[in-house]
Amino acid sequence: MNDVSQPPSLLLDGLPVPFRDGQTIMDAAMAAEIFIPHLCHHPEFKPQGSCKLCTVKANGRYVSACTMPARDGMEVENNSPDLNDKRRTMLQMLFVEGNHFCPSCEKSGDCMLQALAYELEMLSPHFEQFYPDRPVDASHPDVLLDFNRCILCELCVRASRDVDGKNVFALSGRGITKHLIVNAESGRLADTNFSLADQAAHVCPVGVILEKRRGFAVPIGSRRYDVDPIGMQVERLATRSATEEEA
Amino acid sequence: MDTAVPSRKLRLATTSLAGCFGCHMSFLDIDERLLELVERVDFDRSPLTDIKTCGPCDIGLIEGGVCNAENIHVLRDFRRHCKVLIAIGACAVNGGLPAQRNHLDLGLCLQEVYLTAPGNVGRQIPNDPELPLPLDKVHPIHEVVRIDYFIPGCPPAGDAIWKFLTDLLEGRTPRLGHPLLHFD
Repeated sequence: MNDVSQPPSLLLDGLPVPFRDGQTIMDAAMAAEIFIPHLCHHPEFKPQGSCKLCTVKANGRYVSACTMPARDGMEVENNSPDLNDKRRTMLQMLFVEGNHFCPSCEKSGDCMLQALAYELEMLSPHFEQFYPDRPVDASHPDVLLDFNRCILCELCVRASRDVDGKNVFALSGRGITKHLIVNAESGRLADTNFSLADQAAHVCPVGVILEKRRGFAVPIGSRRYDVDPIGMQVERLATRSATEEEA
Repeated sequence: MDTAVPSRKLRLATTSLAGCFGCHMSFLDIDERLLELVERVDFDRSPLTDIKTCGPCDIGLIEGGVCNAENIHVLRDFRRHCKVLIAIGACAVNGGLPAQRNHLDLGLCLQEVYLTAPGNVGRQIPNDPELPLPLDKVHPIHEVVRIDYFIPGCPPAGDAIWKFLTDLLEGRTPRLGHPLLHFD
């Protein structure tokens, strides 16, 4: 039994980190301002543990920190060469599966995939490039969809379905053919009731969902992750909100 | 008295394959440090020396991916002659801008550029036997030969190139941290 004055805590890389009942390892780490790399996690949405970047070793087993409930006395390994090697490999796989051509991407400098690649010192894609053919959808008056960069994190799917109540996005297909689709008979974003006021418009961690006519409002070199590495921005990541994401 | 073996000057070769020479321009951005560099290395084949063939070298810097048969030839030649081969810039690392044609049909690209685009009426697709044949797809260089190090960036900053080269010359594992590591 826990003493009321002694909240339960886990050991994160040997450091005691307190948590409240119901919190995940990710929640506890974020509250303690300890960075666990992640892409599909967002504090405002239900975690689903699909990107696997937040994989940690809890009591010797690989688990997703964003979905694993914290337990008192749990020993969690996070910032270790073994885990960071695996995370880097996962990033490399994400990079070669899509068309991540950073120099031409409006999101460069604000992109979590890129920022994590910097953080984990991913210098090369290592694997062979897939160069998939993924046409863009520029049909919507205010938003461009560039599917080339989709990493299937499902944040837009979750935001649109669970918060906006519009269910604009979905994943279709299985395995390597899995891809993001727009729920309209035509498949075009213009034929949905999607709007810039939706939370789904502001949750994409990469450069798929882009607001038109403001791509370079902040110049390359002065952007969020140009200024500070993502690992130094835990507090902002923990308190970010999709409603203010682009403010 | 220093008994260490006097360090010989290293040989450095550079080339641009399917690139824009932007990485070479960025290399020149090390500015007056270039004088410090030539104290420690001799340039072999490079646009800086205009030497056309690569001899035995310690370090080879490759800008650009491979988009034609000549690129493959030059890349393999560099690999044969360089002890350490470095991919420099986005195109060498992942194909970069030239690879943006990869989802298009090469034949249709050539037709569009040389035959059907406005202003090209009556011209022909270049077919001189001296022209290297384009590859169906553009590839990063690590898909063709083994690459020892990668310097990402479009282009990498002069400071990043300097940090990388000095690390290497001084026997440290080259490392680019924030803010030198950039993909854009």
